[in-house]
Parts: sequence; structure tokens; C-alpha cells
Amino acid sequence: MPGNPFNAFTDYGVGIGLRLPHYRHIFEKKPVVDWFEIISENFMVDGGRPLYVLDKILEQYRVVQHGVSMYFGSAEPLNRTHLKKLKNLVKRTKTPWLSDHLCWGSVDGTYTHDLLPMPYTFEAVRKTAQKIREVRDFLEIPIAVENVSSYTEYHASEMTEWEFLTEVVEGADCGILLDVNNIYVSSKNHGFNPYDYLDNIPRHRVAQMHIAGHSKFEKYILDTHDHPVLDPVWKLYAHAIKQVGRTATLLEWDDRIPTFEEVHREALKANRFLPSSNI
Amino acid sequence: MKKSPSLLQIQRAVAGAVMQPLTRNSGMKSRDEVGHSMRKLAGEIMKPNDRLTSFERLEIYNRQYWFRVLDSLYEDFPGLRSVVGESRYQRLARAYLEKYPSRSFTLRNLGSRMGKFLKEEPRWAGSRQEVALDMVSLEWAAIEVFDSMFFPPLTPGEIQLLAKKKTRMALQPCVKLIELNYPLDEYLIACKEGKALRLVASNAVRGDKKRKAVVIIPRLTKKKIFLVVHQFENSVYYKRLSPEQFAILKGIEKGFPLGKACLQAVPKAKKSPEAWAEDIQQWFGLWAQLGWFCKRGTT
Repeated sequence: MPGNPFNAFTDYGVGIGLRLPHYRHIFEKKPVVDWFEIISENFMVDGGRPLYVLDKILEQYRVVQHGVSMYFGSAEPLNRTHLKKLKNLVKRTKTPWLSDHLCWGSVDGTYTHDLLPMPYTFEAVRKTAQKIREVRDFLEIPIAVENVSSYTEYHASEMTEWEFLTEVVEGADCGILLDVNNIYVSSKNHGFNPYDYLDNIPRHRVAQMHIAGHSKFEKYILDTHDHPVLDPVWKLYAHAIKQVGRTATLLEWDDRIPTFEEVHREALKANRFLPSSNI
Repeated sequence: MKKSPSLLQIQRAVAGAVMQPLTRNSGMKSRDEVGHSMRKLAGEIMKPNDRLTSFERLEIYNRQYWFRVLDSLYEDFPGLRSVVGESRYQRLARAYLEKYPSRSFTLRNLGSRMGKFLKEEPRWAGSRQEVALDMVSLEWAAIEVFDSMFFPPLTPGEIQLLAKKKTRMALQPCVKLIELNYPLDEYLIACKEGKALRLVASNAVRGDKKRKAVVIIPRLTKKKIFLVVHQFENSVYYKRLSPEQFAILKGIEKGFPLGKACLQAVPKAKKSPEAWAEDIQQWFGLWAQLGWFCKRGTT
């Protein structure tokens, strides 16, 4: 049985993101997939094809919702319209947990549609943890926050990224969606040891993991989700799994998307590192 | 000792920089719109590292912002691109997003104010403003219809019953009526052939992708058309209507009872009441089959 309340779904093995170029293959071939992660915003609509597709997927597969615009770290209050639409979707998918990013992206009602890094301050910890609690209480499901990849750091920061993550999830009493690719990307961009990150977060709060590919440029690394997972990221993943045990894992492949089989094959490589299910 | 900026102050400053227009070479401008140095601002907020200055680190986000929103808008308006031409469209899109940045959590709504923008600033569409406005009406209607609710439709029998009781019915939210000065429906279908639907991806950075060339249409002849943009079996369709058909549906949209909607729409001089009644019955039979009506109050 799972040893803690944040990782209660160890029977969720390796999933992949539900992406439009794969719809036809999924509906025609009905491949065996542990679960699909959907981007909530793509289905927070009133009807039409998006919900038709989602309902067809839900007939046969387990679905977990992942968001890109909750902006737990934005200084402005939560958007109530967004929350209501999200709750409708949560009821539809019966997602066992819901994840979004530990970042900000909107200010004064204007949206950048980006996952902007937080200044790691105590004020940000307090405000972010409070918003996560509000979202959890409104949606009435467990929340996991994902560490983002970043390309800059703030003078105002008062702690490391992993200290910030720890403070926030302890303050909010929520789970972590640990993205090991993002840790790798940020470690190269900011010059820290990614293993320090993994060794200093509350491992019992890791509810889900993300793996993905990235792109190297001359002076920095970009989190592009358009490649297979690279070796250093698999090594980080292996290290993390040793620490946290069997954890639902998701491969993100969002650009230059290859065939369904190729994406699924890449995702299933994670099974080499996952201990067998104890359910 | 200088007081640290608050979270809100930092976010306002960074958002302002990130959303600032790029230079011609897709770089961050050295000064903001009121002349403040961006290097100074970046240096005050961001740390440099051993490879990048504060300015260069902030610039990564500035570039990503513009690539992301331009990409999204590009997918939404293939018809507008074609009408005004690719290079003019690029300038128009930047000007639009500068004036109307996103106010919604979803990129789906990014283009919602394009029509308003083109009315306010016709110069961006050049000599094609009227066609461009028509095209934006059509493209935005299609976006709205695509993911709108489809309520249980009224059957022909239920419609007849409502008519007898003089009770009102409603158009489905996924049925939009538009009046165009140019026959753009077939043209837009051609534009959209092979077009992938836009979906948001998670946490992935956008590249400055090369744009596909678009064909500029020959001069269009002005000709008023009445159109319904509707959802059928989860796809979006366009259907041309006669002026009378359009007027009836407009009446229903306004909330008129069925009888009044029909009476105000058909010119008595054109046909006998019996002939109109026969036509109207036939039209409603088809429209009911397409599921265009639902109970008032459900919407």
C-alpha cells in the first residue's frame, strides 16, 4: 500500500500526454496505456469536439488532469470563472489528483500564457501556499504542484528553488509533481547540482513525476518537449525513483510529436526504473 | 537599506518587460515605451550568470511570450492571413496583441477582440478592411461554435407544439448567424484544408517557427450573404440562408415567439401565405434535423 497520502496511486504506472495527432490511432487501435494526462485548459469548454473526444477517452482510459494556467504563484487573487470551469471538468474526468505549476503568469488580469519562475521569497511562499489551499478546498481533490524549468533568477530570492518548493508544499500541505527534466534544465541554466535538489525535498510528497526531452543551445538549455528523454535525465529519474518509490510517471512530448508508438515506447522506458506495483 | 520589492511589484515589472514588443530581429528592445533602460530594469530584477547577462536572461522570456501568442493567433485566423497577405498580417497581429493582450486564462480567447481592433484601427488591414472584418466575423464564429454546448434538440413535433402554444424556443449556443458583405464561406473552407486544430501543450517552449506561405485571394466581388455557422456531429459547418430564412432565425434568436418570428420575416408581396407556410414548414423540418433549436432557458 502507498506509504503516504500524497502518493496514493501507485497502481498508475507510466502514462503519456493525450495529444491531437494521436487521436485517430488511439480510437482505431485502442492501445493499452496505463493512463493519459490531459491539459485541463484544452477541455475547459462547454461542448463540441473537445468534450466528445474526452468522453470517448474516458470510456476506456484513466485520465489525470494537468493544468497550465492556474498560476498559483501570481500575486493576484484566483480567477473564479477558471475555478468553476475546472471543477466541472474534474467532475467529468474524476481525476484522482490535479496538478499545475509552481509559477506565475498573470498580473492585473493580463495573461502571459507562460510559466514564469517565482522569486523565492517568504512572501511568495505564504501567498502561493494560501492559493493552493484555496484551490484544493474548492475542487475537493488532492493537488500536486510541478517545479518549472527556468532561465533566470531573481535578486529578491531568499532561498534555493528546492527550499522554496519545500516551504510551499509544506505550507499548503499538498503533493509535488516532480519534473526531473525541469530540474536538469534549471540546474544547467543556474549552475546547481540537480542531486542536491532531489536529496532535499520532502520525498513523501512526490505524487507524480514528469520526464521529457530538452534542447541545448550555446549558452542555455530550453525545455522544448520535442525530443526523447536524454541520459542525464534518466539518471536523475532513476535516483528520484530510488528515493520516492513507485510513482505515477508521465512522458511529455508536445512538439514535433512522432507516432503514438514512438512516444509510448519512449515513455515505457521508465519501467526499467520503477519497482513493481505493490497494490 | 533598500526595501525589497513586493511579489506584485516584481511581477508587474517582469510582465511589462516580457510583453514588450520585440525588435525587428526578435530581440528585446533596449528601452521600454517611455524610454526606460531595459538593461537597467533587468539588472535590478534578474541575476546574471557566467554565460548570460540579466538582460539576455529576461530576453528569453520576452521572445517566448511573443512566439507563443503569435503562434496561437496564427492558427486561429488563416482566412484573415490570406485576405490581408502574410507580411501585413504579421504587423497586424503584433499591433493587435500590443493593444489587446490576453485577458483570459485560455489562449482560445486570444482573438476575441480582433474584430473590435480592426474597426478601431482600419489601417492595419489596408485596402481590405471590409473583407478582413467579414473574415474575422466568420473565423471567430467558427471558433465559438467549435466548442459550444449542444443541448438536447427539439424535435419537429415539439416545435409544432411550441408554435401552437405561442411559446418561445431558442437557437442552440453552437448556432451562430452572421451577415457578410463578401461570400467568404467557401474561401475559408479552402483556407482551412489541412489545418491542424490548436491545442495548448504543457510547459514547452515555442520556437520561432517558419510560417507556411499563404495564397492571397484575387479581388472578391461584393455580394451580401446570410450564413449560419453551426455544429453538427461535433464538426463546424457553414450553411447559406435566404434573407427570409435568416430573418426568421434572427427573430428566434431575439426571443420572438415562432409565429411572430415568421411573420416579421416574410414579405407578403412576394408569395401567398400558403406558399410561405409550405416553405417555412420545409425549412423547419431541415433545421430541426440539424438540431438547431432547443428549449428556451436551457441556454
